[in-house]
Amino acid sequence: MNDFNLSSNGHLAIEAKDLSCYYGDFRAVKNVDLDIKQHAITALIGPSGCGKSTVLRAFNRMNDLIPVAHAEGEILFHGANIYAEGVDPVEIRRRIGMVFQKPNPFPKSIYDNVAWGAKINGFKGSKQEMDQLVEESLRDAAIWDEVKDKLDQSGLSLSGGQQQRLCIARTIAVKPEIILMDEPASALDPISTLRIEELIQELKKNYTIVIVTHNMQQAARASDFTAFFNMDNDRAGYLVEYNVTQTIFTSPAKELTDQYITGRFG
Amino acid sequence: MTREHFDRELNELRANTLALGSEVEQNIGKVSDALIRHNAVMAQRLIDFDERINTQRIEIMMSCLVLIATQQPMAKDMRFIATVIETVGELERIHDYVKGIAKTSLEIGSEMEMLPSFKEDFSRMAEITQDMLNKAMTAFSELDALLAKSLAHWDNQVDYLFNKLYIEIVNYASSSPDNIAHANQLEWTIHNMERGADRVVNICEWVVYMVTGVYAEFESEYDEFESPPAGRVNSENIT
Repeated sequence: MNDFNLSSNGHLAIEAKDLSCYYGDFRAVKNVDLDIKQHAITALIGPSGCGKSTVLRAFNRMNDLIPVAHAEGEILFHGANIYAEGVDPVEIRRRIGMVFQKPNPFPKSIYDNVAWGAKINGFKGSKQEMDQLVEESLRDAAIWDEVKDKLDQSGLSLSGGQQQRLCIARTIAVKPEIILMDEPASALDPISTLRIEELIQELKKNYTIVIVTHNMQQAARASDFTAFFNMDNDRAGYLVEYNVTQTIFTSPAKELTDQYITGRFG
Repeated sequence: MTREHFDRELNELRANTLALGSEVEQNIGKVSDALIRHNAVMAQRLIDFDERINTQRIEIMMSCLVLIATQQPMAKDMRFIATVIETVGELERIHDYVKGIAKTSLEIGSEMEMLPSFKEDFSRMAEITQDMLNKAMTAFSELDALLAKSLAHWDNQVDYLFNKLYIEIVNYASSSPDNIAHANQLEWTIHNMERGADRVVNICEWVVYMVTGVYAEFESEYDEFESPPAGRVNSENIT
């Protein structure tokens, strides 16, 4: 049995080693080596079809939900391969949570949206402790002040930006270590987008964040590290360059990276 | 191309910066001439012209700021715009030195005599500085980091001539109290030209950053002046 409580590296949240992802016979991503730093925000950028969302979903085995999908190589979480025999993908997804592009609150009350995840993951505390957990999660998601007086109202009654922050609160409530975000602000207005970006900056104090974004300015504003992916001639996505965000956006090492971030292709 | 409009804006920025550099370069030569030949008309023209340089600098800077706000330049585009902002600032300061020399030229007038070697050495300082700026703008235009780096060596020659003239001026001032005012004026002219050459080196440092992404102040390879590079400088007159 794999023990994900022992860290072999101390400063890396996820290590992808020679990761390739397939949908049936089609290789969507090839040979990715990528180390995700703890308590940092890592942005995955690249043109459409380059495999960045596939890589993101591989980090918590969400691709398993696609019947024809499989991965080769390793993804190490606390030094142990999450694709090894016997690993429980549900437990992986609790510890490596995900927020999606389109806010997807449950058709439940705001309170129950946050509490539900904790309950099905075995929360055994009192009602008072659950109330505390819900409040903490909503505070950490920077939405408590807006909803504290209407926790019994439907999560669907909130605005798009609020719904997304509710989804983040829901993710936080199960105490993950890593939060994966697949274009979390692309469906939101500019103000809500900036609020999400501010929230991400706060969240990284306690979590590791990996974010896929099509918005290069967002990646430049909001991330500490940036990984640029591209699609090769064989249509497989590959990692072109990975570095501190400041360097990627001021002096990238690869000409292809420079062309992409200056908008000369893609 | 996916950013044609932006590329046109960048090209226009480049052209305007080169035009400004060309004007400043020419005026370095003109002010040297005005000083040496006591040409008060030219000196006044250069003083009046400085306002235009200032205006052009501000216009180019504003264009840069608009591009930053509207186009979110990244990587080499961002480095180019940053270099333009710095370069036009340096060009404006170089022309301030030109204006300062022109003013001193009017103060000196035609009655006073220059030191025996002043005319030749000051002309050479101006010549080298003018050449440096010409090549710095070429390096800027052609993204030539090596050419930019090479100009630090040329600055050493300007420094050498400055030191030589400075000693002569001090000796001149020491020889008689009547000489002090004139010596002070001459000292300001060589100071301004030497600072102008330093500002050209600053431009070169930014050109290197623009091309390589790495900013570093140049370190001189030469502790003492050695032979000058090829160019308009006559190496036989440098000892």
